[in-house]
Amino acid sequence: MTGLRYVYAVCRPFDTPLQAQLTGVGGDPPRLLTHHGLVAVVSHVPEADFAEEPLRAHLEDLDWLTAVARAHQGVIDALTTVTTPLPLRLGTVFRDDSGLRMMMEEREESFLRTLDRLAGRVEWGVKVFLEPVPEARAEPERKPASGRDYLRQRSTRTKSHEELWQKAEAFATQLHETLSACAEDSRLHAPQNPTLSGASGRNVLNAAYLVPRSESEEFVERVDRTKDGIPGIRVELTGPWAAYSFAGEETTTSGEGA
Amino acid sequence: MTTPSRLPEPYGQGSGANLADILERVLDKGIVIAGDIRINLLDIELLTIKLRLVVASVDKAKEMGIDWWESDPALSSRARRDELARENAELRERLARLEELEPRRAQEEKP
Repeated sequence: MTGLRYVYAVCRPFDTPLQAQLTGVGGDPPRLLTHHGLVAVVSHVPEADFAEEPLRAHLEDLDWLTAVARAHQGVIDALTTVTTPLPLRLGTVFRDDSGLRMMMEEREESFLRTLDRLAGRVEWGVKVFLEPVPEARAEPERKPASGRDYLRQRSTRTKSHEELWQKAEAFATQLHETLSACAEDSRLHAPQNPTLSGASGRNVLNAAYLVPRSESEEFVERVDRTKDGIPGIRVELTGPWAAYSFAGEETTTSGEGA
Repeated sequence: MTTPSRLPEPYGQGSGANLADILERVLDKGIVIAGDIRINLLDIELLTIKLRLVVASVDKAKEMGIDWWESDPALSSRARRDELARENAELRERLARLEELEPRRAQEEKP
């Protein structure tokens, strides 16, 4: 019984087995630990990597972090196809099964409450980007014939940038309203930095929507319909994700106390 | 309640999933539970990761198509040079413009 316990998620017991070839963090296939009415999904991970000191050091390493993040998400993703998991934040590690059981027991009620709230729901991510304006637009930049001409060219450029920006903002606001109306809940996240995302353009909207599985197809179609709206504006859809953005406790708008 | 109904094909996930999308969720969302191993994820907020990229692994970042600092004057001397060059060009144009206006004004000012 060596190794630490890396916990991905907590869910209700489910019947469908996980894919056999699913590997988790550190290559260890996820195992199920049942306690009362809850199941924790865990991997056994080496202390050499996941004890406090090495873990802190590893998290500084983008390659390592990327691999663990993808493995974590891979397991959550697999769980999402068979049940409704409550995803835990990356790096939730216990010494042994009994520590984990203790935690499950302590938080049983709140886990069950959150599971009830999220059962059968998934999260869809929607982002709106304002595409970078190519410097040379329709008419290639000509050398200004005079100072006045130069100023005119310049102000035209600035104006078209501004207009596009406003258009994108208006579009994003409207899209968010439309999608919120057909989702159970929504969250606005900070716009993504193009650095990490590698996406082109400026991220105007970065939102998450909680949608029942049964209505997901409709939701996706709705997003798809907006995709060829305005030139220069790009809509990106990701999902279905586990309800990451909605798993935090008591953050629902349905009036539960904090 | 747990019967999974048909889900549309996943969008933008799998191996090609945007790293930012994944990190945003697994590091910043989800349930926070104090395990036995205490680490402070706040220490590795995305911003910090981003900054660290510049310091720690420029090659890796470039490989990922990340080169924003090259155009950020606060971070890149090349960008500062570019900025200067741009400003220089702009000033030259303004000067040319003023010179162009000057004789006309001189004429207009003549009684």
